[in-house]
Amino acid sequence: MTIQENPNMYKLEVQDLHKRYGSHEVIKGVSMAAKAGDVISIIGSSGSGKSTFLRCLNLLEQPHAGKILLNNEELKLVPAKDGSLRAADAKQLQRMRSRLAMVFQHFNLWSHMSALENVMEAPVHVLGVSKAEARDKAEHYLAKVGVAHRKDAYPAHMSGGEQQRVAIARALAMEPEVMLFDEPTSALDPELVGEVLKVMQDLATEGRTMVVVTHEMGFAREVSNQLVFLHKGLVEERGCPKEVLANPQSERLQQFLSGSLK
Amino acid sequence: MIFDYQMIWENLPLYWGGVLVTVKILLISLAVGLSLALPLALMRVSKSPWVNFPAWLYTYVIRGTPMLVQLFLIYYGLAQFEFIRDSFMWPYFSSATFCACLAFAINTSAYTAEILAGSLKATPPGEIEAAKAMGMSRSKLYRRILLPSALRRALPQYSNEVIMMLHTTSLASIVTLIDITGAARTVSSQYYMPFEAFITAGLFYLALTFILVRLFKLAERRWLAYMAPRKG
Repeated sequence: MTIQENPNMYKLEVQDLHKRYGSHEVIKGVSMAAKAGDVISIIGSSGSGKSTFLRCLNLLEQPHAGKILLNNEELKLVPAKDGSLRAADAKQLQRMRSRLAMVFQHFNLWSHMSALENVMEAPVHVLGVSKAEARDKAEHYLAKVGVAHRKDAYPAHMSGGEQQRVAIARALAMEPEVMLFDEPTSALDPELVGEVLKVMQDLATEGRTMVVVTHEMGFAREVSNQLVFLHKGLVEERGCPKEVLANPQSERLQQFLSGSLK
Repeated sequence: MIFDYQMIWENLPLYWGGVLVTVKILLISLAVGLSLALPLALMRVSKSPWVNFPAWLYTYVIRGTPMLVQLFLIYYGLAQFEFIRDSFMWPYFSSATFCACLAFAINTSAYTAEILAGSLKATPPGEIEAAKAMGMSRSKLYRRILLPSALRRALPQYSNEVIMMLHTTSLASIVTLIDITGAARTVSSQYYMPFEAFITAGLFYLALTFILVRLFKLAERRWLAYMAPRKG
C-alpha cells in the first residue's frame, strides 16, 4: 500500500461510500473528511442514511463501495459473497476500530459490568493496558463526564443520561483518534439531553475530532464546525453550520429545518 | 398407620452411604456435562450448518429419548458387543458407577447446551456491537462479553437443570448402585416397609434440593446483581 501525499493530513477520510440493502441503495456516494479537531454534524430526516453512513465507518455495516482512511491508512476491503465489502485483514480492522471509538444511541453498555468495569474493559483487553493504569484512567474519565460517584453501579441501575456519559467515558478511555456519535441523545428523556450535550461540547472544546449524527440543531450550530445534510443517501448540502442553518439553499433542507426547529 | 422410626434409625448408615453415592454421581455428571455443554452451546449458535448441525442432532437425540433408555443402552446394551468386552474400555463399561455417570453426563450436557445456547442468543445485540466497535477480536468477544453474560443469565435455568439431575440420579439404583433410592429399595425389600423406606429417601432428596436451591440463590445474588432491582 502506498501512502499518498496529503497536505491536509485528514484524520478521517471517507471517499464515495455506497451502501445498499438488497437492491435498495441507502447511501449513494457520500464523501467526508475530518481534520484534527473537526466536529462534523450529520443531520437528516430518518431514512436519510445518516446512521448507516456512520456505522459503515467502523464496518458495523458493510458498505458496497468506497474508501475509508484513518490517518491516511486505508482500511483494506475485499468483496464478500453478497457483494458488500468486508475487511481484508481482521487485525487491521480491529486496530482501526480501537482508534475510532463509538457512542451509540442506546448506550450499549455491557450490562453485567459495573460502570468502572465497562470503562476499563477495552483498554485492558484490546489495547493491553495494565489493570492499575486502566483503573486510574477509567476513574479519571468517569470524573470528567461527571459520573465518578456511580462507578460501582451497574448500567441497569443508572439513568439514561448517566449511562450515556459512562459510554462516553468508555469511548474516551480508548484515547481514540476520532469519536463517532450515533444519535447520542435520541434515546434520552428531554431533561437528560443537556447533561450529555454539555459533555460533548467540552470534548469539542478540547479539540477532539468528532463525527456526530444528531437531531440537536443547537449542538450542530454551536459546537460543530462542519455540517452535512443527508437526504436519501446523498449529501444535499454541507458547509459551515451557522451559515447553512441560517440560510439553507436547498428546498429539502428548508423543509427539514422548518419541521425540526421549534 | 404406625411409622416405624426404629427401623429407619437402624438403617440410617445405609442412607448416608446412599447420600454420598448420589452426591458423587451428581457432581461428576454435572462437571463432565457442563464442560461438554460449553463447546456444544458454542456450536449451536454458529451460523455455519456444518458446525451447528452435529450439535443440534446430538441435543435433539439426547433430549428426545428417555434417560432410562440411555442408561440401559450404555450399561446393558454395550456389553452385548464382543469388541467392547475385549477392549481396554471394558473395565469402565462394566462398572455401574461409570455407566451411570456417563449416561447422566451425556444427558445433562444436551439440556445444558440448549440452556446456554438460548442464553447466548439472548445477548443484547448492542452489547456485541459495542465490543466489535471497540476493536475486540471474535475470541475476545466470546471470552469477555458473550460467555460471561450468557453464563450469568443461564443461572436460574441451570439451577432447575441441576435439581432435575439430582432427581434423575435415582435411576442409578436400577443399575445396582446403592444411592439414596438404592438404599430405600434395599430397606424396603428387607423389611417389607416401602412407605417408611421411600418417605425417608424423599426427605433426603428434599434436603439436598433445599441445599442446592440455597447455593444457587447465593450464586445469583453474587453474579446476577446487575439484574436485580436497584437497592437504596
